[in-house]
Parts: sequence; C-alpha cells; structure tokens
Amino acid sequence: MGKPNPDDRRYTKEHEWALDNGDGTVTMGITDYAQHLLTDIVYVELPDIGKKVKQMEPVTVIESVKSVSDIFSPVSGEVVAVNETLQDKPELINEDAFGEGWIVRIAMADPAELNLLMDAATYTSLTEAVKDAGH
Amino acid sequence: MDYTPHTPDDIKIMLQTIGVPSLDDLFTDIPDAYRLKDLPDLPAPLSEQEGWQHMVSLSAQNTSPVMTLMGAGAYHHYIPAVVGHIVGRSEFYTAYTPYQAEISQGILQAIYEYQTMIARLTGMPVANASMYDGASAMAEGVVLAGKTLNRDRILIGRSVHPEYRRVVATYCAANGYNIVEIPYTSSGRLDTAVLAQTIDNQTAAVCIQSPNFFGIIEDLREIEPVAHATGALLIAGFTDATALGLLKPAGVLGADIVCGEGQSFGNPLNFGGPYLGIFAATEKLLRKIPGRLSGMTVDQDGKRGFVLTLQAREQHIRREKATSNICTNEALCALAASVYLVSLGKNLRKIAELNVHKARYLKEKLSSLVGWEVSFTAPVYNEFVLSCPAPEKVNAAWREAGIAGGYALGKDYPERKNDLLLCATEMLSRMDIDHAVTIAAEAR
Repeated sequence: MGKPNPDDRRYTKEHEWALDNGDGTVTMGITDYAQHLLTDIVYVELPDIGKKVKQMEPVTVIESVKSVSDIFSPVSGEVVAVNETLQDKPELINEDAFGEGWIVRIAMADPAELNLLMDAATYTSLTEAVKDAGH
Repeated sequence: MDYTPHTPDDIKIMLQTIGVPSLDDLFTDIPDAYRLKDLPDLPAPLSEQEGWQHMVSLSAQNTSPVMTLMGAGAYHHYIPAVVGHIVGRSEFYTAYTPYQAEISQGILQAIYEYQTMIARLTGMPVANASMYDGASAMAEGVVLAGKTLNRDRILIGRSVHPEYRRVVATYCAANGYNIVEIPYTSSGRLDTAVLAQTIDNQTAAVCIQSPNFFGIIEDLREIEPVAHATGALLIAGFTDATALGLLKPAGVLGADIVCGEGQSFGNPLNFGGPYLGIFAATEKLLRKIPGRLSGMTVDQDGKRGFVLTLQAREQHIRREKATSNICTNEALCALAASVYLVSLGKNLRKIAELNVHKARYLKEKLSSLVGWEVSFTAPVYNEFVLSCPAPEKVNAAWREAGIAGGYALGKDYPERKNDLLLCATEMLSRMDIDHAVTIAAEAR
C-alpha cells in the first residue's frame, strides 16, 4: 500500500508532482507510485542550475537497478535549485518521494501551466485504473 | 554446451507433437517461386585430404614478407608464446560474448583485469571492456562528445590516421555533426593556432592522435587548454599501444577520452583484423561511455565476484537514448592484450624504448642516403616520414627482397607525393635495418 498523493500539489501523467512554493517557483519530484515502479534508485542525473526547460520535456534522468528513465518537467521555466543530497543518497526518492526526495526547483515561465496538470484525486484514480487493468 | 543434432526419430516425434506432416510444411510462408528445388552446379565433394590440399594451395598464393617497415595503423611486434597458450584454451577461444554474464566469472575477471591495466596505461579512471578497433573507438568518442554536450561541431586533426577520419566521418554523417579538419604545421604537429581560431561554442570535441599518423608525438599541453576553453572534450587517440609504455599518458595531460588501437598488445596483424578498440574516459563521463563494463563486487556471502555493471547505459535498456548501440566487445583480443601486458609487466617500457631506438637508427641511416630527407622536425615514437626521389622504386626494390616497405603518403596527402611513412619496431635487428638501407641505396 503506497503513500497517498498529497492534495497540496499538481500531477503529470508521467508521475511527476509539482508543488507551488508561492514565490514564482515550484518544487518537483516523482510520486511514491513512480518510485515503487522504478524499484531501487541508484543514480540521479541532476541538471545544471540555469537550465531552461519546457513543460513535459526531460529535465533529469533517474537510474534504478532495472531501468534508466527520463523525468519530465511539469512546467516551463528555469532550474534554480537541485537537491544535491540525491548525489550521495539517491534512495531518498524511494524513501520519501514527496518530501526529502524532491529533485529540482524551477522558476515558472507561466504559472497558468499548473492548471493543465491533474489534481491529487484525478491522479490517484489514474493510477488505480492502471492497477485494475492489470499492469 | 554440446551440439547434438536431431535424429530422424527426434524429428518425427517433434512433427507429430506440433501436428505438422513434414519439415517442408514449416516453410509454406515462402512462395514457391523462391524455393530452391535443386542445388546449383557445385563441384563434387572432396575428401578431407583433398580438401586440406586445396586449402594449402590457396594459402600458398599469399606472400609473407621476411620483415616489414610499415606501420600506418597496424604494427609487427613480438608476441610471447604464453599469449597463445592462454587465448587458445577452448573456454576462451570458442566462447561467444557472455549474455548470462555472471555465470562466466573467469572471463569477467579477465575483462576486469584488462580494464584495470588500460586505465593505468592511459591515466584514466575508467576503461571499458573494449570496442571493435581504434577507428570506431575514436568515432564513438566523438559521438559521445556530441551527445553529452549537445553540440554538433567536431574538430579533427588532419594528422589523424586517414582511415580513422573516414570512420569518424561516417558516424558524424549519421548524427548530423559537422567536421572541420585542423591542418598540421611544418613540424608535423597539429596547428594549435588554427585550432584556437576555429574552435567555438558549438564544438563538441577536439580529436587528435598522438603519436599522430606521421609518427609525431603531439604536445597535449598546448592543445588541452584550447579545447577546454570552450568546454569541448579533448579526445586523444593512438594507433600503436606500445607507445603507452613510454609516453606520458594523455589522461594525465587532461584528455577527456583516450581511445585507440590495441592490436600491438599481443595480437597478430591478422590481415587487418580482428583488432582491439581501447576506450577510456573520465569519471564525469562514466555514465555516458559506450560498451561493456566489468565490475568487481561481493556476493551475499561476502565473497569477491564480478558482474557487468552500469548496464543501464547500454542500448538494450536505454534504447535510443543510449550513447551507442554496441553490445559486445573484442573479448579474445582483449584477453590476448591482457596476457601480453601481464607477461611483460614493467618491461613494456623497455619494448617501447627499443622501438624508439630502432626507429631512430633506421631514420638516421635512410635520411643519410643521397636525395633522402627528414620531412618533419618534431619528435617521434616508432614511425617517421622521409621524402625520397622515387618512393615507388624504393618500395619495389624492397618488395623484391621480401621486405614490406613504407606507406606512401601521396594518396592520402596529395601535398606529400614523395613521402614515405616508415616504422621500426623491436622486431628489426640492426642487421635487418642495415640490409633494408642497402637495398634502398641501390634502388634506381
């Protein structure tokens, strides 16, 4: 039984979450559901500060024991901070995907983009539908 | 794994099990028009003895020179007998590259030892399990640079082996990269002034070879700062691996990728292949490098074991995002190289020194002949370029005497029509060299 998806943030269909920090930036990471699918995470390729990103374009790469996955930026903008702790402890994403396992902070180019993303309830029913379909 | 062919009874039972009347019925998808009804007109079969004699007479059409003065990417070195003994073991000789790799602890350990030795010789923290050959290793390095930096401009020295440049061009064309060739100066070295003028923020890599195609040792201390000033990667190639026994490693001098040809380590000339691509890189590039990586670890009982590691880089997992689609290595050639290096140990340096001395002696003797001149001034390893009045006549005279002569530069460098690229390794005795020089002196 995974952790519930917090109501205070928005979700992409690629299983990223975006938390509006109220200062023009969002913090992003992957959901608990995603970390569970990836299994043990061994490496996170963090982007450079200042990197410009577009919504739903790859912003980082997560390597687990069984795969290497692109992680997509939930919003367009510029990377202003990265979670350096993940260099030595990539497993934080497995342990606390919604908290200590945050990945990148982005200054938004267009806050309205958040409205294109799902709320917690919609995202939760998406993942449950997938489960019911036997994935 | 044994090969046990099916008996007619086996076939009958299998056909019955799947409910198919005959073997021919398994091929009904192939239209009748394309099916072979009779074998084409082939000669009658030969007995084993006749077959053997036929092959012997075919191979007699080859000529092997008694000595060679040619390098140009493939080198005649002495191979200690122990190499053949280890490499010839059927566990190594007949094995294909392991897929359930961890079951083959012996080969994984051998690859790990190979990687360790290459890392030390190149002055880099990481070396892979090998690539196909020096040319494709360099090309893969170029693609790595392009993909990692997301830039599409490649600068390559004209003094890099012409065939390496052609292979790099093939890979670059497929990836949409532009290549600019950097000329060499009258000293024979890369023109660093032109390099500095040509490099820009779109340059992914500066690709050089040292010793270069003319045998000249490049000064990486001059080249490295220029490459890194714009953030480009410095790729340092080589064609005779024995040079690693003497020259300061490119890794120590700041190269990001060191790649080249490992044939000189314990592998015969083999008519051009199979050869051995050596590839080493910085820690920063670890997750981008192509090819297999053998890693050392412990099992659940704490005992040492070996695995293929960081496989998520490779194309069977990373798919189109992988740097390369190579999923194999030159295991047997790498093993030969490892046994060569282990049997020589620190004496690799002595081999390299012999190469330098022999080449210097050959160079002095030939360049003292009437009409012969040294073409370049910069220091060399075991190859050098001389100009002479009639290079074809000299090579013909050498060929008559059973000597493979120099490599005529004219077809690759039209401005160097009278130049010969010559090589002397530890295989040439003083008498051999004197003999070759006498023939050259008399060639008219």
